[in-house]
Amino acid sequence: MAKVLVVTSGKGGVGKTTSSAALGAALAHGGEKVVVIDFDVGLRNLDLVMGAERRVVFDLINVVQGDAKLNQALIRDKRMENLSLLPASQTRDKDALTEEGVARVLNELREKFDWIICDSPAGIERGATMAMRHADVAVVVTNPEVSSVRDSDRIIGLLDSKTELAEKGGRIEKHLLLTRYDPARAERGEMLKVDDVLEILSIPLIGIIPESEEVLRASNVGSPVTLNNPASAPGRAYFDAVRRLKGETVELTIPTDKKGLFGKLFGRRAA
Amino acid sequence: MALVLAPEVPLRDWLEDLDAVSERSPGFFTGRPIIADVSSLKPSKSELKFLLAAFKMRNIRIIGLEGAAPENVDAEMPPQINGGKPAGDIDVPDAANAAVAAASAPFADAPVPEKSLLIEGSVRSGQSILHPEGDVTVLGSVASGSEIVAGGSIHIYGSLRGRAIAGCTGNGKARIFCRKFEAELIAIDGLYKTADDLGGKFLGQPVQVNLDGDSIILKTLD
Repeated sequence: MAKVLVVTSGKGGVGKTTSSAALGAALAHGGEKVVVIDFDVGLRNLDLVMGAERRVVFDLINVVQGDAKLNQALIRDKRMENLSLLPASQTRDKDALTEEGVARVLNELREKFDWIICDSPAGIERGATMAMRHADVAVVVTNPEVSSVRDSDRIIGLLDSKTELAEKGGRIEKHLLLTRYDPARAERGEMLKVDDVLEILSIPLIGIIPESEEVLRASNVGSPVTLNNPASAPGRAYFDAVRRLKGETVELTIPTDKKGLFGKLFGRRAA
Repeated sequence: MALVLAPEVPLRDWLEDLDAVSERSPGFFTGRPIIADVSSLKPSKSELKFLLAAFKMRNIRIIGLEGAAPENVDAEMPPQINGGKPAGDIDVPDAANAAVAAASAPFADAPVPEKSLLIEGSVRSGQSILHPEGDVTVLGSVASGSEIVAGGSIHIYGSLRGRAIAGCTGNGKARIFCRKFEAELIAIDGLYKTADDLGGKFLGQPVQVNLDGDSIILKTLD
């Protein structure tokens, strides 16, 4: 049974696209058939993060409006054959997304894939509501700071009221993914602590992704961090998050990049 | 404070106007104490009965009559109220009727049986719960950027981080209770205080809020 997962946050720049790509690649690594859809029509980025920007011919809007077939628009990842991307259009805007069209595309994808990951745009307007509309599971990406937490809270409210599942009286499964977490800064009180965020949002936590230059490095080479460097701290954190997403109980730790003696000495000098 | 309705002749037209008002704002008359001022109508006993039946049919609760001739008012009708003004053609109010009016005065403001609203989860940022009919109980928390507007009291078993507006229909007896107080704004019966006005004294504590005259009083619950 295919699952539609929406990666959403309300606020921009918290790591939705990075997380969509990383979770998608990690799920595909476990052998499942995964497609990641970019809903950020007009400001697409997922193709860059997944290194497929030179291979986009047709996009989500073409499929939604019936100008192209789904198979023509799907881009299969070169590194993993069970990972696909459905890119957004860069030239159109979010009003081109129709509810019936999106529902039709998702139903078609449900037959081909095990996981359909919808990378939501920021905001609470059409793009975001369309991305969450047909979801079964939601991953709410939050940074440990007040504005991100409040926006996430707003999104959780929308997930509970504006999704198809909620309107039918069901309850959408919601998970919190805390990204860009810096344990040292949280310790100094410059960031919200994990417990504070959990108390406000009160949804289960599936992972804490530490702030790391590995994430930026992976984005720049166009590869999800879980593919580019699975052994890095954020890579391991995303793999753990995927295991929890699938229902496994994994002890929650905040992975850190182990620095050798060399790194420690020079790291400190650089700082 | 009671609302006064003053029927005029021709009564049929006046009732039509009344229906138009309640159609435009449904629930306008429900739960409000209303006095019927019939001094310009000068109804006979049967006319008065008809008028009261017409109000009852429209679910308008008459708590008192003003300006009706005492000989036309019987025990089943609402008591005479004269609010300090001359009560129609009678200069000296009937002693018995005055006593009844005085006795029923404390009940005049009593609201109709209230309906309460229970919210099982949390109220998320951006949500607005509007429930002028009665109390609101929230089992979870009320997030920053959300609001609860209740006709009665507000009970929050989690943290109150947003706005709580109690007694919005003019109920000064309404209260606000919460397990952890971090509110952005609290209000009872139109009087409000923001987080800035309140300072940090009650922050994070279990608190109840009530109205004492014109001032909002906060107390810890422990």
